[in-house]
Amino acid sequence: MTQSWSWRITRVVLLLCFGLFFAVPLLALLNFSTKDTITKERTGAAWRALFDNPLMSEAIRTSLELAAITMVGMVVLLVPTMIWVRLQVPAATRLVEFLCLLPLTIPALVIVVGLDDVYAWVNYLIGDSALTLAFVYVVLVLPFSYRAIDAALSAIDSTTLAEAARSLGAGWFTVIARVIVPNIWQGVLNASFVTVALVLGEYTIASLLHYNTLQVAIVSLGKSDAPTSMAASLGTILLAFVLLVGLSLLDRRRHHTGRTS
Amino acid sequence: MTSTAAASPGVAVELKGLHRSYGSVHALDGLDLRIAPGEMVVLLGPSGCGKTTALRILAGLERQNEGQVLVGGKDITRVPPNKRDMGMVFQAYSLFPHLTVLDNVAFGLKLRGRSGAERRRRAGEVLELVGLAEHADRYAHQLSGGQQQRVALARALAIEPAVLLLDEPLSALDAKVRVQLRDEIRRIQLEVGTTTLFVTHDQEEALAVADRVGVMNAGRLDQIAPPSQLYAAPATPFVGEFVGLSNRIPSNAANGSADVLGTSVPTLAGSASGPGRALVRPEAVRVRADQSGTAIVATVAFLGPISRVTLTLPDGTVVTAQLPSSEAAALQVGEHATVTVDPVPVLVVAD
Repeated sequence: MTQSWSWRITRVVLLLCFGLFFAVPLLALLNFSTKDTITKERTGAAWRALFDNPLMSEAIRTSLELAAITMVGMVVLLVPTMIWVRLQVPAATRLVEFLCLLPLTIPALVIVVGLDDVYAWVNYLIGDSALTLAFVYVVLVLPFSYRAIDAALSAIDSTTLAEAARSLGAGWFTVIARVIVPNIWQGVLNASFVTVALVLGEYTIASLLHYNTLQVAIVSLGKSDAPTSMAASLGTILLAFVLLVGLSLLDRRRHHTGRTS
Repeated sequence: MTSTAAASPGVAVELKGLHRSYGSVHALDGLDLRIAPGEMVVLLGPSGCGKTTALRILAGLERQNEGQVLVGGKDITRVPPNKRDMGMVFQAYSLFPHLTVLDNVAFGLKLRGRSGAERRRRAGEVLELVGLAEHADRYAHQLSGGQQQRVALARALAIEPAVLLLDEPLSALDAKVRVQLRDEIRRIQLEVGTTTLFVTHDQEEALAVADRVGVMNAGRLDQIAPPSQLYAAPATPFVGEFVGLSNRIPSNAANGSADVLGTSVPTLAGSASGPGRALVRPEAVRVRADQSGTAIVATVAFLGPISRVTLTLPDGTVVTAQLPSSEAAALQVGEHATVTVDPVPVLVVAD
């Protein structure tokens, strides 16, 4: 009895500590972004400026578009590749895993130095748009997305499912789209979560390649208008949170109709 | 159900000189096999004998290094698996987890462009056939292993395949369900008349359901024959020992007969002559309690209507006999007995 009580108290204390650890900075952001720096009065000016400032609203749109494009790019590139490797060339699994984890081991600075020349060509060929950052971002999210999708693929007997579908008359596209993907949907969603979070938070590469994304705008704004940059930071975090909750609700709904009807 | 019975008239299948090697291992070493229309052939053999490889090559899931696959007289060697029109049931559970039982069964029909109403009708029909019509709305994870394999069978049959392939479909099930489902597979196969290739390592399963059993050994077919013939007249020592229990009793063979424990027994084709060992089935061994007998009773195992008795001969050979329990009751462990054999044909192998 005493043990369970002490256990309960420990749990509550730990949860409180973690809660404070996350909440205090957010509340501080909220506090600072809603206060006039000189008069110390409550004001929504910083939040309004967020949307009035054309540079900022442009940056928000760019980052959201980048998140969407990167997510689609990652799914289109990674999902069929991983399924194909697992089904047809299992010998290449190690190689693909190594390639996908590689970006994790290379510092962003080094990537940018290497990419500078590449981007000269990218700009020359398809124009100088911030959306071209999606190319790097797809590479950048590979390690995390790979892990998420790999875990989902390992949870099903993809080889047998594919062979069963093949024997019933399914071509490879049908096997991947109608048999494997619906069963690794959770993993694909998880990979998408990570992608969205990572793209909305990326600063180094965008800044060094001189593109105006949300994080870059927040930093540059912070130098001139601190409350607005704080509002933008908090806004980003809340936005990412809303997006992730939305995605997970999408999954919940799917799961529900899929399993209990 | 009556419409399914008329669905597949059955086609002939022929495997010609199949070779398949993995590195230095020859999984198939010149396999030839003909299956008549509507026939059920079971390939039986120890693991690694190439039986599953043969089935997978017929399904198109694996490629042979050499040889031909003919279905209904047409060479389908280069046809991909999704164009081969074969229904397959796998050893591992293979139902699509995201689909209901009904949708699983209708999957192949959907790919063939059948209308929704027709898919439901046909899927309902085959689910009825396997006795799971009332589970149509469930998901795989809500079914037992036996039920999942029944659905897999229904799914394979729904497309009215030219050939039905069963790759150890019962291995993952427990003993009681296995016997039930195996009899049901045979009933259904006879009802729909689809040419069927069944692969198993369980000889009881093979003997119970097959029109003909093919015993495979090291990538080749040692013998293919109806179950009773396979049992009574094994063509090779491997078949004799792999199928059923066999005693290896010292004998002396010459001119079509052999002397086994004092009885003259006809020998089967392929027997060695001169001194050797005769492969004698336990039920062909006679035992009589006899104080002057030279054999000694080692164990008596009561198995209900029959008993299994092991005896040691003077030369140390251990002989297993299968007797009605009423006869075995007279035998005591450690006592002397006389052992003779029935004059049924035996295969004699060189020592």
